[in-house]
Amino acid sequence: MRVLERIPTSTRGQVLALAGAGSAWVGAYWVNGWLWDWVLHDVAGLDPQARLTEALRFFLYDTVKIALLLVGIIFVITVLRSYMSIERTRAMLGGKREGVGNVLAAGLGVITPFCSCSAVPAFIGFVAAGVPIGVTLSFLIASPMVNEIAIGLLLTLFGWKVTAIYVASGVLIAIVAGWVLGRIGAQRWVEPFVFQTTLGGEVIDSTAALTFAERIQMGAEEVVTILRKIWPYLLVGIGLGAVVHGWVPTDFFTSYAGAGNAFGVLVAVAMGIPLYSNAAGIMPLVQTLYDKGLPMGTLLAFMMAVVALSLPEMILLRRVLRPQLLGAYAGVVGVGIVAVGYLFNALLA
Amino acid sequence: MIIKVLGSGCANCQNLERNTREALAQTGLEATIEKVTDYPAIMRYNIMRTPALVIDEKVVVKGRVPTVAAIAELLTAATS
Repeated sequence: MRVLERIPTSTRGQVLALAGAGSAWVGAYWVNGWLWDWVLHDVAGLDPQARLTEALRFFLYDTVKIALLLVGIIFVITVLRSYMSIERTRAMLGGKREGVGNVLAAGLGVITPFCSCSAVPAFIGFVAAGVPIGVTLSFLIASPMVNEIAIGLLLTLFGWKVTAIYVASGVLIAIVAGWVLGRIGAQRWVEPFVFQTTLGGEVIDSTAALTFAERIQMGAEEVVTILRKIWPYLLVGIGLGAVVHGWVPTDFFTSYAGAGNAFGVLVAVAMGIPLYSNAAGIMPLVQTLYDKGLPMGTLLAFMMAVVALSLPEMILLRRVLRPQLLGAYAGVVGVGIVAVGYLFNALLA
Repeated sequence: MIIKVLGSGCANCQNLERNTREALAQTGLEATIEKVTDYPAIMRYNIMRTPALVIDEKVVVKGRVPTVAAIAELLTAATS
């Protein structure tokens, strides 16, 4: 964990260290491609055609691949994001009216470093500083829905087109949902103590004065923290993917949730809401289901439902939002996700 | 020295408190640790990411859990 002591202090040393780490990463990613064929087929002597071998290969290969991708993506994004902070975001949103504010908030929700575990202090901090409720909600919806790890994984697994669709539709849902909630008078359903809270003390922008070595340190720490938190989800997700990959026939899903089924997206969203995982854990499964012929719109809707609407976050937000507003929040976001699913199934077909 | 750990009982808040106690034991400094879990009280420090660490009413950490060594450094910096 204590990378900082080992990071060279000279700029040249830092560049060399980063280049070394980068080459090691590329090497490992490249080796992973044929390593498991060799281990399973040549060393262990398993039949390459057998379903068990295929599923096993899928599991091992994907675990290493996704883990490597996550290490790279989380590190790069954390270092980039260390130049942004939630304090700066709030300052930019202060005094903005609804409409423009919703658009800006949704965009900033994508790039601001933020964990939904801090949803409550962020909500109070925004509202007490005068940011309208609807604008604040646009931020809180965009932040988990357009997840930076999901962007990185989608980009590497599915290409830029699907990624652009994901980002654009997530931002659009956040803008519209926040605006609608603001219009229907959401402030009625905010716990009164939020408005009585006075923000004391000076605002300290924690990320403004960091050195580059400290930003690298933050990146390395974040990789460890996130991987430690999500590895069970990741293994379950890849395990499910391996089972589907090996044993479920291709026409099983297409006949139940394929493009021909009018209720496919609804079923996917209804299944996704109670599931609590994260973008990294869900992606191997999404990839397998896509290979099995499920349409991309349905899969994006499923993924968004899993990451954007989660029970733990709802329970946290209950501290500041009345049940009516929580219900409206889940409803508006859910309808948005379903609409995106159908829209892209139609567009990409 | 009065140290406050700000956060509403999340796992990271407990990690921060544990690391702080360890750092105190390592440095041999004397301090009382208070836990602040009430949101209006937390917001008096104008933070938007939990957990946070406050030493003598000054916010020194927010939104992350530093290592024991890093907290020890913050503690010695605050006393000198």
